[in-house]
Amino acid sequence: MHRSVIRGASLVVLAACAGAGAQSPAGSPPAPTSPAAATPAASTDTLSIDRPQYPSTYKRRANPPVFIRNATVMTATGQEIANASVLLRDGKIVALGTSVTAPADAVVVDGTDKFVTPGIIDTHSHLGVYAAPGTQAESDGNEATNPVTAEVWAEHSIWPHDPQIPLAVAGGVTVMQVLPGSANLVGGRSATVRLVPARTVQEMKFPGAPYGVKMACGENPKRVYQSRGPSTRMGNMAGYRAAFIAAEQYRHRWDKWLKDRKGDAPDRDLKNETLAEVLRGNISVQNHCYRGDEMAQMLDLAKEFGFKIRSFHHAIEAYKVADLLAASGTAGSVWSDWGGFKMEAFDPVLENAALLTQAGARAVIHTDSPDGIQRMNQDMAKAYFAGVHAGITLTRDQALRWITANPAWVLGIDQWTGTLEAGKMADVVLWSADPFSVYSKAEKVWNEGWLVYDRLDPKGPFKTDFNIGQTAPGVGR
Amino acid sequence: MKHARHPERSEGAGLLLCAILSLGATPLAAQTIAITGGTVYPVSGPRIANATILIQNGRITAVGANVPVPAGATRVDAGGKWITPGLIHANAQAGLGVAGLNGQQEGGVQGEVNPSFNPAEGVDPAAFTIPIARTGGITGALLVPGGSFFPGQIPAVNYAGDRLNDMIVSRSAAMVLDLTDNSRAAGGGSRAGTMARIRRLFDDALEYSRRKTEFLKGTIQPLSAPARELEALLPVLRGELPLAVVANRRIDMENALRLKQEYRLRVILYSAVEGWQMAREIAAAGVPVVIEPNRDIPSFDGLGARLDNGTLLRQAGVDVVIAQGDAGGERNLRYAAGNAVRNGMTWDDALKAITQAPAAAFGLTDYGTLEPGKTANLVIWSGDPFDFSSVAEKVYIKGRETPLRTREHELREKYRRLPP
Repeated sequence: MHRSVIRGASLVVLAACAGAGAQSPAGSPPAPTSPAAATPAASTDTLSIDRPQYPSTYKRRANPPVFIRNATVMTATGQEIANASVLLRDGKIVALGTSVTAPADAVVVDGTDKFVTPGIIDTHSHLGVYAAPGTQAESDGNEATNPVTAEVWAEHSIWPHDPQIPLAVAGGVTVMQVLPGSANLVGGRSATVRLVPARTVQEMKFPGAPYGVKMACGENPKRVYQSRGPSTRMGNMAGYRAAFIAAEQYRHRWDKWLKDRKGDAPDRDLKNETLAEVLRGNISVQNHCYRGDEMAQMLDLAKEFGFKIRSFHHAIEAYKVADLLAASGTAGSVWSDWGGFKMEAFDPVLENAALLTQAGARAVIHTDSPDGIQRMNQDMAKAYFAGVHAGITLTRDQALRWITANPAWVLGIDQWTGTLEAGKMADVVLWSADPFSVYSKAEKVWNEGWLVYDRLDPKGPFKTDFNIGQTAPGVGR
Repeated sequence: MKHARHPERSEGAGLLLCAILSLGATPLAAQTIAITGGTVYPVSGPRIANATILIQNGRITAVGANVPVPAGATRVDAGGKWITPGLIHANAQAGLGVAGLNGQQEGGVQGEVNPSFNPAEGVDPAAFTIPIARTGGITGALLVPGGSFFPGQIPAVNYAGDRLNDMIVSRSAAMVLDLTDNSRAAGGGSRAGTMARIRRLFDDALEYSRRKTEFLKGTIQPLSAPARELEALLPVLRGELPLAVVANRRIDMENALRLKQEYRLRVILYSAVEGWQMAREIAAAGVPVVIEPNRDIPSFDGLGARLDNGTLLRQAGVDVVIAQGDAGGERNLRYAAGNAVRNGMTWDDALKAITQAPAAAFGLTDYGTLEPGKTANLVIWSGDPFDFSSVAEKVYIKGRETPLRTREHELREKYRRLPP
C-alpha cells in the first residue's frame, strides 16, 4: 500500500494507510489529510498532482452517548448475545455485552424484544448517479462514450439530494459504494460514501476509504460498442489488456520521475493514472461479471498485470467457481434471487451466497437497486434460508456478515466498520424484530453515532431538498 | 425462527416421482385426496385448526375441523403445516418468455392501439419460469400485456398443464389501458390529448357497433382504429370485460374514474402509486386496485409514492390486490404480501390480496378461497407463507400435486461440490 508516491492520485489511499498504521485502540480513522497542509511550501508552480484531489469534508456530528439496553445483539463477529446492551459514545462503540451498565449521561434506548446489528453496507449502488425521479437529466452513471473511461469519477456525478438516499437509510444502510454503470470495460472510479444528509458529495465521502474502479465483463460493453468495438468477449479481453499495457508504461514513467523529480514531469493522464493506481495496489477492482468462465478469464487478466480483483459483482455464476474465488481472495457480490433476465444471467441459484460461504470464499449480498437497498436484511434472510433448506451448514452470523463485515472488507473499511466491537465506529441499527423476518423494520439508525433515522420520530425522517414540498416523502412510512 | 425441513429438497426427487406415478396409475376422477391435520386459512372465513380438506375430481368437496375421511381416500398428513389457497399473481409474465433475452418476449406487439391482441397463444407451457413461480406457491396468473397505449387483453391461466388449453382459466379476463407517462405520446404529448384519443376510440367503437353495415360498405367516415380493434373494445363498453387501467398520478386515476362514469365501465386500477390520495373516491366507485407494496421511489409519474399505499387504500374500504415486480421473479409474491403487512396491512387482508381479491376482481369465481365447490388450487406451507423461513412443500393445481423441481435446483446440485 505504501508503494504509492503519487500523492495526488492516491491521496485518500494514503490517508487510509496512515489510519491503519496509526490506528488507536478505538480504531479511529484519521482526519482527512490536507495535501496543502502536508506541503506548506506549495507555491503557484506546484503540479496539480500535489494539490488536493476532491477530499472528503465529512465531519462526524457530535452526539450524546447512547445506551441500548436489553436487546439481542448480533455482532457479525460470531456472536448473537441475548439480553445485551451496547454503549455508543463520541461516534464509537465503547462497550457491549450483558454486563455493561448505563452511564449517567447516556440516552437510554430500550431494546427489549428488539435486535441490534452493525449498519448495513452495500458494495454496489447507483444512488446519486441514477437519481430519482429518474429523468434523463439525472442519468449520470454511464460515460458511454468510450470503452475505457477510467478517467471518470463517480463522485463527480453523485447528487446528494437524490430522494432515494433517505429511503435507503430507513432500511438500515449506513455506507455504500457508488459505482459508474456497466456500459464500459473500465467505467471509472467508485466512491464510498456515508448515507447522511449532505449538501455536497464531499460531505458524504468516507474519510480514508480507498477508491475502487468499476470494470465490466460480458454482454454490456460488447453490446454498447458493437459498431466500433469491442463487439465480442474476446474483444472485451483485448480491450482490458491494451488499457493495462498502456498503464504499465505510464506507471513506469511516473515512478521514475517521482523518485528524484528531475526535469519535466511526464504528461498527466487521468485514465492511466487510475489504472496505474490499480497496478500499484492502491485502487481496488470492482468487477461486474456474471459468468463463472468469464470470472476465470478476469482472474488470469489480473495475474498477467499483477493486480487483485477485490470483488466480482452480479456474480450470478460465482457458485460454479467458488473454489477459484476462495483461492484468489476475491469476494462475490451477489443477489439473493435475481436472475434470468438476460443470457449471461441465465443460471442463478438461490444458494449462491451459501455455496460461496461453504467453499470458503467471501460472500456479499449487494443490490444494484434503489428498491433492494431498502431491504437488504430481507435479501440476507432469503439467501440464508435458501442455504439452510438446501442442507448447507450456515450460521445466522455468517449470513449477517454478507451485508456488514464482508462488504466492509470489499470497500477496504473493515478496520473501522462492519461489525459490533468495542472501538469500531458507531454504525448501528436497532431493528423492531428479528432482521431475518419479513416483518422487521429498522427502527433507529446511527451513522458514526449520529441518529440519522428514527422511525418513532413524529417529525419524520430527514428530507432531501427534492422531498421538500412534495405530497409524500414516503420515507419510513 | 423455525428452520423447517423441506421434504422435496432434502429427501430428493424420489417422493415426488412416486406421487406422479401413482397419480398416473389411478384414474383421477375416482380418487379422493384428504389433507389432514393442518391449519387452514380458507380466506372465505376464519382459520381452522387441525382441519381436513377433501378433494375430488379436482375440486374441493369439504373443508372443516370435523370432516370424516372417506374410506380409500389418499391421506396427506399436513400436521403442523399452514394451508392456503393457491396464490394468484395479477401482474404475471411467466410463460411469456424471459425479459431481456432477444426474441423471447411475448407480452406485447408493436403499434399503439391493440385491444385485439391477446398474449395467450404466446405462452410456453414448458417455460422454466413456471415451476419457479410454483415454488412460491403461485398456482394462477393473470398474464398482463404491455408496451403500448392499449396493449391488449389479459388471459388468466393456471401454472400447470402441458397444453395451453389445460392452462387457460379465462381467455380474456380484462383489457389493458396504460394511462401513465408512457402513453403521453399516444395523445400527441399531453395527458389531455390521451384522454381525447380514448374518447374518440370508445365513441368510434360504439358508432361501429351501431352501424357495422355502413362501416363495411364504407359509407361512413373512417374510424380511428381498424374494425377488429374497435370490435375488441365492445365487451369493455358493454361493461362485460373490466378495463385494467395502469395509472399512478392522481390526475390519471381521476381520469380513469371519469371514463368509468362516462362509459359505465368496470374498472380495475393497476399500480396506483398515488392511490392513497384518492382512496375514498376509489372505494366509492367500487374499483379494485392492484398495487406493488414496495413502491416508494418518487417519479414525476407518481411523486406521492409511499410504502403504506395499500394499507391506506384497504383502510378506506378498497379491494386491494397485491402484485410483485422485482427481478427475483413471481415467486416473491408472498414476500410482497409480507411487506404489505410490514407496512401496516393486516395479515388476513394481505393473504386475501393474493388469493380471493384477484379472483374476484377478474371474475375467476372458481378460485381464490378454500370452500366446497372451488377448484382445488392450494398450497401446503411449512410455516407462515409470508416469511422467508417457510417453503411451499406441496402445491396442488386442479387437485393434482405439481412438481416443484426447477432448473435452479439442478444447477445447485451439479455445483454443490467443486469441481463438479
